Formats: sequence, structure tokens, C-alpha cells
Amino acid sequence: MNKLPEPKQPEKLIDDKGLRIDGRRLDELRPIKLEVGLLDKADGSAYIEQGKNKILVAVYGPREAHPKHIAMPDRAVIRCRYHMAPFSVDERKNPAPSRREMELSKVIRESLEPVVLTDLYPRTTIDLFIEVLQSDGGSRCAGITAASLALADAGIPMKEMVAACAVGKIEGKLALDLSDAEDKYGEADIPVALVPNAGLVTLLQMDGHLTLSEFEQGFTMALEACKTLHAMQREVLKKKYATIKEAAEEREEAEVVA
Amino acid sequence: MDMVLVAEPKQVVAPGEVLAEGDHLLGDNAYRIGTKIFSACVGILEVDGNRVFVVPLKGGYFPRVGDLVAGRIVDIGLSGWLVDIRAPYEAMLPASETPGPRGPRRRDLSTSYEVGDMVLAEVLAFDRTRDPLLTVKGPGLGKVASGRVVEISAAKIPRLIGRKGSMISMLKKETDCQITVGQNGVVMVWGKSPESERVAVEAIYMVEREAHTRGLTDRIREMISRSRVVEQVAGTQTA
Amino acid sequence: MSATPQLPPVAKLEQKTVVDLVSKGKRIDERGPENYRPIQIQVGLIEKANGSAQVHLGKSKVLAGIKVQTGTPFPDTPDEGVLTVNAELVPLASPSFEAGPPSEAAIEISRVVDRGIRESKAIDMKSLVLQKGKTVQVVYVDIYVLDHDGNLIDASSMAALAALVNSKVSKMEVKGDEVINKGGHHQLPLNNYPVAVTFAKVDRTIIVDPSLEEEQVMNARLTVTIDKNGDICAMQKGGLYGFTPDEVRKAVHMAVGKAAENRARIMAAAKG
Repeated sequence: MNKLPEPKQPEKLIDDKGLRIDGRRLDELRPIKLEVGLLDKADGSAYIEQGKNKILVAVYGPREAHPKHIAMPDRAVIRCRYHMAPFSVDERKNPAPSRREMELSKVIRESLEPVVLTDLYPRTTIDLFIEVLQSDGGSRCAGITAASLALADAGIPMKEMVAACAVGKIEGKLALDLSDAEDKYGEADIPVALVPNAGLVTLLQMDGHLTLSEFEQGFTMALEACKTLHAMQREVLKKKYATIKEAAEEREEAEVVA
Repeated sequence: MDMVLVAEPKQVVAPGEVLAEGDHLLGDNAYRIGTKIFSACVGILEVDGNRVFVVPLKGGYFPRVGDLVAGRIVDIGLSGWLVDIRAPYEAMLPASETPGPRGPRRRDLSTSYEVGDMVLAEVLAFDRTRDPLLTVKGPGLGKVASGRVVEISAAKIPRLIGRKGSMISMLKKETDCQITVGQNGVVMVWGKSPESERVAVEAIYMVEREAHTRGLTDRIREMISRSRVVEQVAGTQTA
Repeated sequence: MSATPQLPPVAKLEQKTVVDLVSKGKRIDERGPENYRPIQIQVGLIEKANGSAQVHLGKSKVLAGIKVQTGTPFPDTPDEGVLTVNAELVPLASPSFEAGPPSEAAIEISRVVDRGIRESKAIDMKSLVLQKGKTVQVVYVDIYVLDHDGNLIDASSMAALAALVNSKVSKMEVKGDEVINKGGHHQLPLNNYPVAVTFAKVDRTIIVDPSLEEEQVMNARLTVTIDKNGDICAMQKGGLYGFTPDEVRKAVHMAVGKAAENRARIMAAAKG
């Protein structure tokens, strides 16, 4: 039976043992589950669970630009829609796009633009749909991590995948991958996206209060977490396609034995 | 300079994965930063001499001049037809690229092809600045009047054809069907019976699902002969 | 949906000129990479607003107006007033602005300026409460972009802050169950003075305060908002490419000094 979350302010965000409300250490990521190629009609798709975040991403494209006037003559246009389901948060969210969703759609698109080889598909669009089915802090970062997988799953040529993670400050201490309560009652939040080979930061936002040295520490922490997530992305992709190989080979062996 | 392979050939690689280091030649879906060569897609690493490339496991159809494609008429324009060839661009088949009389005695376009018709065509022209142009002037090209239409990922077509056509020849022979493979992932199948067409269609989907596995040709051959046995048994029972 | 923006209508030759100059440490208007364009700030031009300020940043012009009115608090913060920041890119400001609902660019400016003010706790939100849970003061910060020649975020941030410093609010009193205007005014109490500093990366050079021409060729941009103590209260990266971690660190360090310079200008203009 689903237990409805209790949206009241927690007494403490960090306990005497230095553990957070969900039992994590300050430098620990939430449990992450990544899946690729789960939708039938989309050209590419991916699903991520990060803590209580549940986010589904679909990619359509490259496809003909509709309406034609949005097309660019020498590259594909990337369109991105970050949208939250009404039931995804504590207080039902109106399904109409909010200003926050519009801003997030923009920064997410800008985090992925640098890696997609858009020059190969002039006059087309590559459409990314990010649906947040359940939100618990850090959804834009989880969305970017999943969106990279969905783009790869669609077979769209890209230099590499982009991984994203946020670091925040709670009760004066820097903490990795804030949950919603930690973000709400904490002192700062820094979402970061990294393109590891190129060494480029393609998403960087911050709100709250940080000294320069706190920012420096937190920023470095986030970059390291991005590298960890990037390795997970690669593993998921390779595993997905390797299993097709293995399943067929197992069948072959079974038939030979029979 | 030393040329070193970092990833294993014939294995799955992901975008951004290091494939090799050194002076290799770059083939499809491989790019270089400094001395390192990276993959630009999810695919199988292939090495041909000192050329490194990645065969994508997924991806839509990107037209090339000379390709044989099977497409569906979606609209009739002033001077030709718009054809859906499952590419990011809609293709155009001009009336001038169909066999038949020219000039005022030419019949109204809608009497040649209708919306919804399937056509086998060749890509006549395509570049970055314009949509693909098709022609049906050529042997075996034109409207397709019958048969099954099978749509698979264009990335799997090379596997469906096989080395020197080995896979497709086997399929045609074992299923006793006529099969025309469009480079755009659309395959036309004609069989002597609905049963044999069904087996051929099933075999084509199996190739798509298991394209990058060993022993595929044998497994498909077995699947087809098993279906034939079932058919025969069913046939004798009703006889 | 957010879509890759169309290319700006600038010839490639012009773009190349801007890029080449920047890589040599010069800019098309002869500034250094770390210099702002000339800044002019005027306050109090709109008498009907509680506070107002106009900023000229080079040729960019932004007008901010503050209205303070009574309203209801948000249900989850009954003991706080309300702050809302809205930026409009009105069509007269640029051939590329169209009439209609706010574009993602307008929304981004609004939210970045909002973050600076909110996160730095510039306005004491608790001081805006008249009747807890029932009546509070709502501070509307409306930013009107009048001429777009680049770096609208910084111009908007400066205009908003100057307008807030300039703002007078009516003295309100709670008598029994009612809230009434007591008569007279006091300055809107402010506890912090956040200033946004925006950098652009052109090829591999980081420059501050990009003009429109520079924005049209830039790789990416980074806004860092610094409060009166030299601490960071907001950041926002924008643009189609990215920054290396070291470029980020360099920009953050540079932002502190630049913010202080601009803060001094704002305070001088708003108080004078």
C-alpha cells in the first residue's frame, strides 16, 4: 500500500551520526536505476529512477520539421519539453506548462546541444520529451542523464553522453544529490551537467547562499558524481545491446543440446 | 605513430567510448580528439585494415543516391507525388521520372498513383539543401500491386541482405517467396500462399531482433523448416 | 517546448571579426575583456510606482518598476510577504521580439533576477506581513526591456536593485480586523544588494558584459550573482556550448569584484 509522503518540515536534515533523512552519507548518491529502449513507438527512450524521482524520456527524430519555418538550413533543431505530471508532486500540479518548466526545458536543451552531431541532419528536428512521473529533487539532472541515453538509444550520432548531478548545502554542510526536502529546507543547490571527454560543463545553475570556497568544493563534488553517472550510462547501453547477443547465443546452445 | 586498438572489435561500444589511439583512418561514426578516436553512436566496432568505424545498432534511414527504396504515396502535388520513405525527409517523385507519355496527352496524375500506394523507387538525387528525389524509371520499379509490407530498422538491412547476399538468398529459397529489400528498411514480400508469406515476415523480424548474434543464418533456416513441418502436419490433418 | 533558436541575422564575416578581435584581447568597441560598457542609472522616473530605475548598459536600456500592494500570502508561508519578478521583452526593444506570452528568454531573465533577490534575502519577507496568514505586502518587480543590445540579465538585475533601493512603501497599520493606510511612507527595508555579473565565452576567451554582437557569436554564457558579502546567491549558464571547470572558477572569482563595482554605482545613483 502506498504510504503518502508527509510534507512537513523535518526536525533535522543531518543526524548525530552524520547521516541524512534517508540514511545516506553526505557524499552519497541516491539509488539509481537506468533503463533504455522501453517505449515501442519512440525512436529512442530511457527511464531513470533516482531516489524517488521517476522520469521517462522519449526521443523522436531526426524527423521532418513541422512547421517548416522552424527548420535550420544546415543543422537539426533540437526541441526539448520538460514536463511534470500533475500527480508527480505533493500538491497537485496544474498540467499547463509553468514558467519553471519553460526555464528547465531551455537549460536542459542547452545542456545536450553540444554533444549531438546536428550538422548531419539539416532541416530536421530532434524532439526530446522529458516526463517527470514523480519528482523528488534533482529532476532536471536526472532528466538530462536519461535524455542522453534516449538520444543514444535513438541511434542519433553524438560525441558522448552528458551526465548531470546536483550538490547542495544542508545545515551548513555540502551534500550530494539533494532530495526535495533537503532542497526545500537547505541553504543552496547547484545542478551541474558535464560532458566528460570534452571536459565541458553544459548545465550550471545555483540558488541559495554559498561562499566562494563552498562553491568550489561543491562544484568539484558534483563533477565527480557526473563522472560516476557517466560510467553507469555507458554500462546500461552496452548491457542492453549485449543481452540481445547473449540471449540468442543461449538459445542456440539450448537447441544444440536438445 | 603507434596505432593501438583500445576497444574490442565486434563488441558493442557506446557514444564517447575510446576506440583506438593513433593514426587510424576514420570511418562512419568515429571521430578524433587529439590522438584518441571515439565512437559517435551505440554500435559494433569494426576494423578494416587501419580504418576504424562503428556500425550503428539503431537509427533511421538516411537516403543515399542510388538506393532502392520502398515508399508510400502520401500526397499528390502539381508535378508529382510526395512519398514517405521513412526518412527524416519526405521524398518527391516527379511525374517526369515515371515511364509513359509526356506532354498534354499525359493522363491526370491521380490516375497513375494514389495516396496509400506502395512504390519501389530509386533515389535519384539528394543533398543537404533539398529533399530526396526519386525515380521509377528502371527495371522492377514502380507501383507495387500486392504483397506484404514489412518495416524494420534500416540499420539492420545490411544484415538482412548478408555477405554477398547470402542471407536474403537463403530466405527467398527457404520460404519460396519473392522478397525485395528497400535500403530504407521497408521490405516487400510476395509468397505463393499467405502461410509462406507469414513465415518470411517472421524470419525478417527475427533478423532485425537478432542481427548482431552468431549463428543467425542457421537458426533462421531451422525456424523456417520447423514452420514448414507444422504446416505440413496441419495440412495432413485437415486433408 | 524549447527549440534551438534561429541563427541571428549577422553575416559570417562580421561574426569572424568579433571573434578574431576577442581572441586578441580586444573587443569591437575597444573595451578590455574585463570591462563593462558605460553604465548610467537613473531612479524615480515613474512617480506612480513605489520605486523605479532605468539602466543604460552600453546601448541596452532596461526600466524596472516596483509596485507594493496588499495581498494574500502563499498557504505554505503564512508569515511571509510575497515577491514576484517579471521581465518583459517588449517588441519595441528589438526586431527579434514579438508580442505574446513571455518567451523562454524573458522567463529566464525573470527567474535569474528573482533568484538573486530572493536567495540573498534582500527583502525581509517577514517584515511584509500585516496579518499573519491573511494580509501581506506583495512586492511586484516588473522589468521592462526597452532596447536590446546584449546582456539583458545584468541590466535587468541592476535596474531591479536600483528600483528596490529607490522604493518607498506606504505605512500600513492593523486596526482590529482591518489593514489601513496610515499615511506617509518609509523606504522599503533591504538587507542585501545582489548584483548579477554575466560572462560570455567567445571561442576560448572569457569576456564580461557581452554586447549583442558578442552574444551572437558566443559559445556560452555564465551569470554569477554576488551579494553584498561577496558570496554567491545565484548562477545560470546559458548558450549552446559549455565552460571548462577552470573557466567557471575564473569567472566566479572575477564576478566578486565586478559586482562590487556595479553595486557601488547603483547605490550612488539610487541614494543621490
